[in-house]
Amino acid sequence: MNFDDTPEEAAFRAEARDWLARTAPKFVTPGPDEADDAREAAYIRRAKAWQAAKAEGGYAAITWPKEFGGRGGRPIEQVIYSQEERRYSVPSGPFQIGLGMCVPTVMTWGDDAARKRFVGPAVRGEEIWCQLFSEPAAGSDLAGIRTRSEKKGDEWIVNGQKVWTSGAHYSDWGILVTRSDPSQPKHKGLTFFYLDMKSPGVEVRPIQQIWGGANFNEVYFNDVRIPDSQRFGAPGEGWKVALTMLMHERLAISAGQVTTDVKDFFELAGEIELETGPALENAAVREQIADWYVRSEGLKFTTYRALTALSRGETPGPEGSIGKVVSAPQLQALGTLGMDLGDMAGGLTEEDVAPLKAAFQRAYLFAPGLRIAGGTDEILRNIVAERVLGLPPDIRVDKSVAFNELPVGR
Amino acid sequence: MNLDFSDDQKMLKDQARKVLSEKSPPGANRAVLEGTAPYDAKLWAQVGELGWLGCAIPEAYGGLGLGYLELCVIAEELGRAIAPVPVSSSIYLAAEAILRLGTEEQKQAHLPRLAAGEVVGTLALAEGVGVPRPERLETRLEGGRLTGRKIAVPDGLGAGLAVVAAREGQGVSIALVDLSEKGVGRAAERSIDPSRKSATLTFEGARAERLGPAGEGWAELQAVLSRAAVLVAFEQVGGADACLAIARDYALSRYAFGRLIGSFQAIKHKLADMYTHTELARSNAYYAAWALSTDAPELPLAAASARVSASHAFDYAAKEMLQTLGGMGITWEADGHLYLRRAAGLRLLLGAPRGWKERLVRELERRNAA
Ligand SMILES: Cc1cc2nc3c(=O)[nH]c(=O)nc-3n(C[C@H](O)[C@H](O)[C@H](O)COP(=O)(O)OP(=O)(O)OC[C@H]3O[C@@H](n4cnc5c(N)ncnc54)[C@H](O)[C@@H]3O)c2cc1C
Repeated sequence: MNFDDTPEEAAFRAEARDWLARTAPKFVTPGPDEADDAREAAYIRRAKAWQAAKAEGGYAAITWPKEFGGRGGRPIEQVIYSQEERRYSVPSGPFQIGLGMCVPTVMTWGDDAARKRFVGPAVRGEEIWCQLFSEPAAGSDLAGIRTRSEKKGDEWIVNGQKVWTSGAHYSDWGILVTRSDPSQPKHKGLTFFYLDMKSPGVEVRPIQQIWGGANFNEVYFNDVRIPDSQRFGAPGEGWKVALTMLMHERLAISAGQVTTDVKDFFELAGEIELETGPALENAAVREQIADWYVRSEGLKFTTYRALTALSRGETPGPEGSIGKVVSAPQLQALGTLGMDLGDMAGGLTEEDVAPLKAAFQRAYLFAPGLRIAGGTDEILRNIVAERVLGLPPDIRVDKSVAFNELPVGR
Repeated sequence: MNLDFSDDQKMLKDQARKVLSEKSPPGANRAVLEGTAPYDAKLWAQVGELGWLGCAIPEAYGGLGLGYLELCVIAEELGRAIAPVPVSSSIYLAAEAILRLGTEEQKQAHLPRLAAGEVVGTLALAEGVGVPRPERLETRLEGGRLTGRKIAVPDGLGAGLAVVAAREGQGVSIALVDLSEKGVGRAAERSIDPSRKSATLTFEGARAERLGPAGEGWAELQAVLSRAAVLVAFEQVGGADACLAIARDYALSRYAFGRLIGSFQAIKHKLADMYTHTELARSNAYYAAWALSTDAPELPLAAASARVSASHAFDYAAKEMLQTLGGMGITWEADGHLYLRRAAGLRLLLGAPRGWKERLVRELERRNAA
């Protein structure tokens, strides 16, 4: 056991670090202010410029084949690069969905022409993608979507509504799953497309989130025309394509795992006075710190175990799937107790008053979304139970029933 | 990056698992639990012959000199098998204390016998219910004679050699006592995990040698406990894994309401949580194994993390395994309680998690100050 890079890994790290040191500082940016359109637009511009610089340097898509503008590198190199990049607060958020899930889906399901057309511009930061999956009546149960697509000649006419679409308001392209045949059971009769977000009939309406930003959207489709050439998979076989995408989503989520940092709480506890003296001397506070620390460390070393496998060129084990179920609720708890320590004034979000510029209050409002996005806590537990432990799937009442005969509620 | 065991270590682990699944089925644990023998003597002899006991003891002292990573993989399998043998007391505690603190002569005298399993060692610390503190110890070492009383001595019923914390002058020393000496009394105790027979030891001027410098034993003792915590964490991870396997098997064979109970989400999510806690504990234990095997300065923090994490994982897994078994789990006859008992035994063996959390935060404070 050791935590060292192999000589090749060390060489790659040194090279990446050097490149970052020369390039990244120019792009360091405070987070996007989603509540302020002008600031968000500026943020997106910087993100595109940063992505272009990465492509130029050969770090934009490390594991992708060279012919697609990638580097043809190994997964461990992607991880090493990400570790190094994390030292800089560079704007890479807007590309995560596109490069993490949409474009890999294009690479798997698109023809040569589509690959040629889309992969390069995404890698170079010229185009941003969004994922048009969830609908008002279909989230965890994605196959319950209702947005209709009907074939007319060489085109499909799409009508319906998507929701929670992150970044739709600044995206150029979208990945879309629709229902083409409601008389089939729900997993059949789905058809999968990509489309230009500027297509006539597409209407994007931002939705404000509980933390004040408006990063996700409702997206309406009114007689939107999509050429048949923009279909992935056969008509009615869209579920298969969606599964590819969900697989990439899970990988992207376990790779970009939010690690809740107990250090911040530790620091806070050192500053706050309780009735018994410094919070850091309070037994309940100390016990809580230990519990969180142990879980964060457990996640960190679980990641190290996966990296070990990657470093050997093996596939990581299933233990990676526990990440978000542990980290998101912990961030929520951290936010809560962080505010509790502030007692009567603990709810203040004034950045000059609230410790760590109101990080705990932000965590309190941000963590609930983490517990939902990309698979809820409950769905992720199901996945561990079924895929890792081999327990039976949930009993379903909707599998063989025609979609348009299923009961509907809110 | 390499946070994994080597192929050789994994082979050793597989071999240990095979041997133990045959020689230490739950019935072996039960036989000791229900009987009066201090441990499974046949299994103990086997474990000695296989060289497991001397795995991390240098060849110069009769061991195999393989290392701690090897001992960790064996510990995980001993834990999985809830093996009714005193490895933790004899090797992780007594042999470690002698290895760290003993003179050359003491090492030569005791380690080969411990490595071969000819004698069982233990560590005697507690004198009452509650947290042992140096200033409260009443056992005294004076002029090579030990006087006092220790309770809850792990595997004390079968031990022949004890490492004993005792006051000497103003400080605490560590005494080494041959338990066949005159002036040593021993009484069996009933405890939560009778598959390991603890005992009360009384010393009335029993002859004892000192291990390490006079009056400075307390800090040394903490270091020994830290090292043992890593190995016990592996036993706990093994135990937790075993509980998950039992719960899973049952969930995949028991029907209720016309379906497998493993198809109920309440059961599925419970098992997913068991898996999650166990994997977190495993990852913490791997890191601590690295720290132990390299004698890294991070060891105290890593060991405390591993101990807290693994104690929680085994506790959770044992309880929820029992819950999954329904009424069956509550019977003496079913094996569930053997794990529940072992979980409590290991959780308390080196002191309860509460105290280890306190250590952990103290280490964090120290690190922060530095
Ligand atoms: C910040 C954020 C960003 C998002 N970005 C995108 C995006 O870019 N594109 C996109 O398509 N979607 C996006 N989503 C949507 C997200 O994928 C869904 O919100 C999520 O899948 C849950 O679906 P839902 O909201 O319909 O909740 P529901 O599925 O209705 O769930 C409601 C509750 O029921 C529980 N539940 C549902 N089914 C089960 C079950 N089988 N067993 C047990 N419990 C169950 C859930 O766990 C949850 O607690 C985003 C969501 C968030 C919060």
